[in-house]
Amino acid sequence: MSIDTPALASRFRMQWEEAQQAWVLLYPEGMVKLNASAAEILKRCDGSRDVPALVADLETAFDATGLEPDVRAFLDMARQQQWVA
Amino acid sequence: MTLTDRPGPPLWLLAELTYRCPLHCAFCYNPVDFARTTADDELDTEAWLRVLNEARALGSVQCGFSGGEPLVRDDLEVLVAEAHRLGYYTNLLTSGVGLTEDRAEALKRAGLDHIQLSFQDTTKELNDFLSHTRTFDLKQKVAQTIKANGWPMVMNCVIHRLNIDHIGQIIEMAVALGAEYLELANNQYYSWALLNRDQLLPSREQIERAERITNEYRAKLGDKIRIFFVVPDYYETRPKKCMNGWGNVFLTVTPDGTALPCHTAKMLPGLSFPNVREMSVGEIWYDSDGFNRYRGDGWMSDTCKTCPDKEKDLGGCRCQAFMLAGDATAPDPVCDKSPAHHVVLDAVARAQQPGAVTTAPLVFRDPKASRQIAP
Repeated sequence: MSIDTPALASRFRMQWEEAQQAWVLLYPEGMVKLNASAAEILKRCDGSRDVPALVADLETAFDATGLEPDVRAFLDMARQQQWVA
Repeated sequence: MTLTDRPGPPLWLLAELTYRCPLHCAFCYNPVDFARTTADDELDTEAWLRVLNEARALGSVQCGFSGGEPLVRDDLEVLVAEAHRLGYYTNLLTSGVGLTEDRAEALKRAGLDHIQLSFQDTTKELNDFLSHTRTFDLKQKVAQTIKANGWPMVMNCVIHRLNIDHIGQIIEMAVALGAEYLELANNQYYSWALLNRDQLLPSREQIERAERITNEYRAKLGDKIRIFFVVPDYYETRPKKCMNGWGNVFLTVTPDGTALPCHTAKMLPGLSFPNVREMSVGEIWYDSDGFNRYRGDGWMSDTCKTCPDKEKDLGGCRCQAFMLAGDATAPDPVCDKSPAHHVVLDAVARAQQPGAVTTAPLVFRDPKASRQIAP
């Protein structure tokens, strides 16, 4: 398991839910409703980029700086939850 | 959400496709009068497709196909395919009986996301497991089929007085079968399990031992398997937030099309529950008396209404209040503030004696027994 190029674990599915106006993570018999920033990070967890590239992508998309600590904290939690491998 | 808001969507749809089942579990949560619903009374494929579409349009996203044994329905693949197309996360809750390689492949093609495999008769399976005989072979084969199709393996085992002392072997069996999740679901005392409560309710010592052993295995096995252990509510002093709130997230449709806020609610007197043949899922969820009756706190007794925990547990389970206190609006008797709490304490006290609590035989769930109980 590596977090160098984080990827959503195969047993989770992420999708937009119109009725909840939110992105959700679906897994066996369960669901996690994601807030907007969690969703933006997880959308970019496709195994193709490392954390600095992911942060750079987010900072460009949202015209922001200094996101890395928050992104790393979220990814640590996501890995603990086994959402991300 | 507070107690006065309009409810959100029915996020969870449980489609109980049939009460037909090859098994006869003494702890089954299907209603004791299930035999009144025959195969002819079941919703047909077209009606189920409509239910799936209407519920999804409201925002349902988790869909469970259950029963009885849902594999008894030969249109299961059609229903799963439609649920998948609509964007549900699809769960099949099965004993594994009837899950041939061909059907598993067809379900995979249909887009089934997950299978929860239950142990129906753990004591026998355990004996089989230890002696490598037939039932265990069937489970092992089904487990291999599930893995071969790339599904996550979730095993569910109902825990009760007669198997709780084997908890270590049960965990080892789940590991041997390659499960990634194991739900050790302590029996809840409804329907058939209520009839058999004296035989099935474990003692406090049994539960504490099982929990300790489960924790030892958790430490030993680490990430290899996630083990859930649900303590039976009879041993709590506050009730569970049943179904996460009445008509809050959960919608069950029974084999004949009756819509319920939980799978046992049909037992409640003075309530008529709507049928999907006569009403749309949206009208059922938002407008029917059956779903609105125990939303909010207007129905609550003063004990619950004035309780600081009322938003936490919403007064507990309406069915348990009806079964044990004779009043569906009473506090759940599991709560130590309930005037009927002694009923739970009595059952718990009986369970503390060693060995068999009663000489009465277990009543197994089958159509004949069902017709005798509810002619």
